[in-house]
Amino acid sequence: MSAYVPGPVMVAAGCGGTGRELEPFAGPDGLAGLDFVTRSLTLDPRAGGAGPRLVEVPGGLVNAVGLPNPGLEHFLATELPWLVRAGARVLVSIAGATMGEYADLARRLSRAPGVAGLEVNLGAPDEVGAGLFEVREPYHAASVIAAVRREFPSDRPVLAKLRPDVSRVVEGARSCHEAGATAVVIGNAVPAAFPDGRAGGLSGPAVGPVALRCVAEVHRALPAVPVIACGGVRDLTSARTYLAVGASAVQVGTALLHDPTTVARLRADLAAHHQEDA
Amino acid sequence: MPVPEVRTPVHVEGEVVATKRVGAHRHLTLTAPGVPERFRAGNFVAVSVPGHVARRALWIHRVRASSAFGPTLDVVLEARGAGTSWLAAQPVGARVPITGPLGRAFALPKDAVSCLLVGEGYAAAPLFPLAERLRERGCAVSLVVSAPDESRLLSALEARRAVRSVTVLTADGSVGQRGRVADHVDELLRRADADVVYATGPAEVLRASAAAAERAGAWSQVGLEVSALCGTGLCHGCPLPVVGEDGVDRVVRACTEGPVVRGDRVRWDAL
Ligand SMILES: Cc1cc2nc3c(=O)[nH]c(=O)nc-3n(C[C@H](O)[C@H](O)[C@H](O)COP(=O)(O)OP(=O)(O)OC[C@H]3O[C@@H](n4cnc5c(N)ncnc54)[C@H](O)[C@@H]3O)c2cc1C
Ligand SMILES: Cc1cc2nc3c(=O)[nH]c(=O)nc-3n(C[C@H](O)[C@H](O)[C@H](O)COP(=O)(O)O)c2cc1C
Ligand code: FES
Repeated sequence: MSAYVPGPVMVAAGCGGTGRELEPFAGPDGLAGLDFVTRSLTLDPRAGGAGPRLVEVPGGLVNAVGLPNPGLEHFLATELPWLVRAGARVLVSIAGATMGEYADLARRLSRAPGVAGLEVNLGAPDEVGAGLFEVREPYHAASVIAAVRREFPSDRPVLAKLRPDVSRVVEGARSCHEAGATAVVIGNAVPAAFPDGRAGGLSGPAVGPVALRCVAEVHRALPAVPVIACGGVRDLTSARTYLAVGASAVQVGTALLHDPTTVARLRADLAAHHQEDA
Repeated sequence: MPVPEVRTPVHVEGEVVATKRVGAHRHLTLTAPGVPERFRAGNFVAVSVPGHVARRALWIHRVRASSAFGPTLDVVLEARGAGTSWLAAQPVGARVPITGPLGRAFALPKDAVSCLLVGEGYAAAPLFPLAERLRERGCAVSLVVSAPDESRLLSALEARRAVRSVTVLTADGSVGQRGRVADHVDELLRRADADVVYATGPAEVLRASAAAAERAGAWSQVGLEVSALCGTGLCHGCPLPVVGEDGVDRVVRACTEGPVVRGDRVRWDAL
C-alpha cells in the first residue's frame, strides 16, 4: 500500500501552536480531518531563542523562533494524544542535529499511536544557526530522507520540506523523492535578517512568488512527484495559484497568525469551488 | 488561588461604535459579538490592522452587557506605531477584525481580602473591571493609577464606586503625588494592609510591585506586555521566562500562559 498525500489544505509547521490554540478557530469540525503539521520537534527539549523572535516587515514577517519545543518524550505524552483525540491527522515535523537523531525520531514516532505521517524539516532558513544537520546539498537531504524512510512504515507519508531556493530545488526534490519521500513540501521561510542584521527567515505574502517559481519548476521537471506548496497562502486566490501550477496541496503558515480562521475559511472556499467546477 | 478556567475565544468582525480622545489616549467602544460575553478581567483582544501581518494586543477596559448596539467592549489606546495610530484614527462605523477574549485572566481570591491594584498609563485599563469583581466578593480594594504625566493617566473617576481608596502618582508631579511606583509601592502596600497585589504596566512597575508584595508576604499577580505577534498562542513568538510550580526554569508563551502570571514566578532578569 502506498502512502496518501495529505491536503488539499494543511496547517504549516510552527504556525498552529500545539493544536489546542487553533481548535476554537478551525471551523465546525474543529481539527477533525485536518492535516496538522506540528512545530518541528527535536529529541531534547528546546527553549527557543531569546526575544524578539518575530518582527513585522512589509508583506510578511521575519522570524528567529529557534524551534521551541518540549522534546519528543513530552510531546508523545501530552500533545500527541490531545491532537489524536481531536481527530487531527497528525504529521509530525522533525528536526535533528545529526542523521542519527532523524532516524531515532522516526523510529520512535513510528511506534506512537496516531501519527499519520512525518514531515522532515530540511529547509530551515538558518540550519547551522539553529544547530541542525546541514542539508544544503541535495545529497545530504536525500540521505536524511533515506534514514527516516528506513525507520518509518511505507504505508504512511514522509514529506520532505525543502527551502524555496530555485537553484537547488529541482535536484533536491528529485533526490528526496528517489530516497523515498512521498511528496515534497516547497518551501520554508526564506533566509533574511532582522532590522539589526540578526539572521532570520522571511515568511508571508512576500515569499509567495518565490515559492511559486520553485513549485512550478519542480512540477515541470518532475510531474510524477507530488508537490505541496507553502509560502504566503492566505485565501482562495493564493491557494489556487499554486494548485494551477501543479501543487496537490497547500500549507498555511503566517496567515494563521494574522487571522486564525484562515484554514477553516480556505477549506470551505475550496470545497465550494470544487462543487462549482463539478 | 484557583487558576481561572480558559474560555474559548472567537474571531469576529467588530465595529467601532464610539471613539473619544482623553488626554493622550483614545478610548474606543466596539462591538465584537461573543467577546464581551466571554470576558474576564485581565483578558485582552488581538486586533488586525490592514496591510499588517502582526496583530495588536489591547487590554479590555470594560464591557457592557447591553447597549443600543448590543454587548460592547472598551479599549484604551496610546497611539505609538503604525497599528495603534491606525486604530486610534478609526471613525464610528469602521470595521475591525477582533480575536478574543485572549489570555489568562486575573485569579480572584476566595476570601474577602484586602487588595492593592497598581496600574501605569493605559495599562491600568484591566484593573477597573477587576476592581468591580473584587468588590463583589467583598474585598477592600485600593487602586493606584500612575503615569509619566497627567495626559497619560487613566481617570480613576469611574472606579471610585468599586474602591476604598485611590492614589494618583505622576512622575512629573503634574497631578497627584510625584514619583514612580517603585518609590511608593511599599508604603502603599502597608497602608492598604494588602494580602494580594495586582499590577499592570511596564515591566519595571510590575517588578517593583511583585518585589514589594514578596517583602510584605503578600501574593502578587502581574499582567505582562510581552511583544506579541499573533496573540493567540500559534506562533511561540512571545517568550516569557518563568519558574514553574516545580521550581524548574521554563519559557512559556506570554499570550496563553499569561499575560497574567504570579509575580514571584517571573524571571525578571531574563525578560
Ligand atoms: C497583553 C497586551 C496588552 C496590551 N494592551 C494595550 C492597550 O490596552 N493599549 C495600548 O495602547 N497598547 C497595548 N498593548 C501594546 C500594544 O499591543 C503595542 O503597543 C502594539 O502592538 C504596538 O503596535 P503599534 O502599531 O503601535 O507599533 P508597531 O511598531 O507598528 O508594532 C508592530 C508590532 O510589534 C509588536 N509590538 C511592538 N511593541 C509591542 C508592545 N509593547 N507590546 C506588544 N507587542 C508589541 C507587535 O507584534 C506589533 O503588532 C498591549 C500589549 C500586550 C502584549
Ligand atoms: C513563527 C513561525 C514558526 C515556524 N516554525 C517552523 C517549524 O518549526 N518547522 C518548519 O519546518 N517550518 C516552520 N516555519 C515555516 C513555516 O512552516 C512555513 O514554511 C513558512 O513560514 C512559509 O509559509 P507561510 O508564508 O505560509 O508562513 C515557521 C514559520 C513561522 C512564521
Ligand atoms: S504572540 Fe504568538 S504565541 Fe504568543
